[in-house]
Amino acid sequence: MSDTIKRPKRKNPILRTRAPTLPPERRSRIALGLVRGAALGRLELQRCAECGAIQYPPREACVRCLSQELEWTVMSGEGELVSETTLRHSQELFFRERMPWRLGLVRLAEGVSLVVHLDARCGPAPSAVKVEAALDRAGQAVLVARPAGRDTTLADEPKLRDMTSDPRFRKVLVTDAKSPVGQAVVRAVLEASADLVWAGHCEPWKNPPGWAAIAELPKTTLVPLDVTDTKSVNELAAELGFKVDIVINTAEHHRTFGLFGRAGVETARAEMETNCFGLLRLAQAFGPIMQARGADGDSSAIAWVNLLSIYALSNFPQHATYSASMAAALSVSQALRAEMRHAGIRVINMFPGPIDDEWNQLLLPPKLAPSAVARAIVGSLKGSVEDVYPGDIAQDWLARFRDNPKALERELGR
Amino acid sequence: MKQHDSAAGIEILAGFTTALTTGAIRIIDLTQTLGPDFPSIVMPPEMGQSRAFRMEEISHYDERGGGWYWNNLSFGEHTGTHFDAPIHWVSGRDLPNSSTDTIPVNDLIAPAVVIDCSKESADDADFLLRVDFIKAWEAKHGKIPPRCWVLMRTDWSKKTDPAAYQNYDEVGQHTPGPDPDAVRFLLNERDVLGFGTETIGTDAGQAAHFLPPYPCHYYLHGAGRYGLQCLTNLDQLPPTGSSLIAPPLKILKGSGSPLRVLALVPSNLAGVARP
Repeated sequence: MSDTIKRPKRKNPILRTRAPTLPPERRSRIALGLVRGAALGRLELQRCAECGAIQYPPREACVRCLSQELEWTVMSGEGELVSETTLRHSQELFFRERMPWRLGLVRLAEGVSLVVHLDARCGPAPSAVKVEAALDRAGQAVLVARPAGRDTTLADEPKLRDMTSDPRFRKVLVTDAKSPVGQAVVRAVLEASADLVWAGHCEPWKNPPGWAAIAELPKTTLVPLDVTDTKSVNELAAELGFKVDIVINTAEHHRTFGLFGRAGVETARAEMETNCFGLLRLAQAFGPIMQARGADGDSSAIAWVNLLSIYALSNFPQHATYSASMAAALSVSQALRAEMRHAGIRVINMFPGPIDDEWNQLLLPPKLAPSAVARAIVGSLKGSVEDVYPGDIAQDWLARFRDNPKALERELGR
Repeated sequence: MKQHDSAAGIEILAGFTTALTTGAIRIIDLTQTLGPDFPSIVMPPEMGQSRAFRMEEISHYDERGGGWYWNNLSFGEHTGTHFDAPIHWVSGRDLPNSSTDTIPVNDLIAPAVVIDCSKESADDADFLLRVDFIKAWEAKHGKIPPRCWVLMRTDWSKKTDPAAYQNYDEVGQHTPGPDPDAVRFLLNERDVLGFGTETIGTDAGQAAHFLPPYPCHYYLHGAGRYGLQCLTNLDQLPPTGSSLIAPPLKILKGSGSPLRVLALVPSNLAGVARP
């Protein structure tokens, strides 16, 4: 880990907390094609299906042959910095706060020229760079060039760090720290140098394996939190919501019943209570307080992670009601993302395939270890993505879903 | 007293209400506050689950309803201080008048005796109330009269830490309760109306391993008798001489219900108020 990022000083309490500003966020519908890949951490540009030309910026038709058959295609990201400039003035509030700002022109290996935000560590032109698609604080796709061949991360670059939600020096609430995934997330977040972790737990009479050790971890405070209980959520938000920089919502209720597998709605309701309404309660209680701290210095409120499921995309009938609750949670998270974006706070959704826990006992591997889920969560915070599909199963489902959602529906229902 | 003597009835009731006013009869609340923080029953996770108490505001003198405050509640029938009806158990499934809406109202006010097992329960969380313990109690306080509540005082309600109250380890819950012989004795030899505890069930924490499993539920409900659990303030009741008012909600086909349990105690017999 680089030491370019220093521990921020404590806030000066007599100064007004800055109000969040956003980078320019207007995009045409065609330009929004970039965000489709960027949300997943992929650099995708338009490629003409007829003549093969790759173009940037996105347009309605091919600049070479005027064909409208344009396909968003993953790029290598390898290129050469052709020229650079340093911006010293802007009419945009967001950039005025951050001047000077370095921009570059990159010739991509695929033969197209891109205007990019330039990492301070990039040498003067000409030099080899790696271009990636990132999400800025408005949640829009931007292109960033970093030095090629060097192990650098955006989170270590003081100006571009804004494009990540690096947990370093930040205060993190893990809503259910008792579950196997929750325990792994607490450990992973601490490893990523979070300032402290609030480890949420409910039903204090239950003491599952590993839980006692979590309580012993440094910089970890156990806090009572039951996302099915409005009183509990509101009380915790009142007590420490104004200090929370990152919420990682790991609370989930998973039962493995098909639609006819369990009579009545009580199991489905319990899944909805945690997975959907739990998120809604957390959002209502913590969202507005975090919005107010979207620009609170170098350790502002910055991100919100939801542990959803690949089953949110399309119902897996063997786990029918769980899938339904996760689809509902996905919808709530989209609304939360829209709200939090105004304050520059990123909402990241995790869509893991089956996790190797007691509820997926009867599923064959591959299954995701809880520690792998935790790594993916921390990785998404350190990076610049908002939709994460960790593991082979999730990647396979995503590819099939994007190719033909109807086909996936049939396949899952077999 | 002659039955249907209306004049006597008027006099007795007037005397009773006067005794409440003067304090000659004290009312002691045996009810835990119904709220989300009170422990709820734990079942293996793959089984059907009783909902914990939850309260959602409808309005709070705000835009959802300007002049009034009220809530929507949800909870399982067996939440907080609650009543078990005979139909709750499979052994009572075919009995007449066995659900909360049909049990005879005369059963809802009845005398109670209190067997103090607080010391034994403090020494041993798995303490079992046995027949010889009951007989020793009777030697001191007299034979348990028929159609009477038997309340097992353990002071378990004083455990305000929910983890200590539930008292789980890796082989389950450790809380006191009656052993199967004691339940058979109370029912067959003493014709009790019901059994009440301070713990989360009328049966002991380990009663799933008894023969039969959950004997208090099995035998009492099979005989059309009742259960009360999660009681508190039993330390303020005399061994004999109190009466309980314990009517569950009149829920259609209900297997039980949270309720307010009030004990009527002659003031000379009542314990001091708890701090």
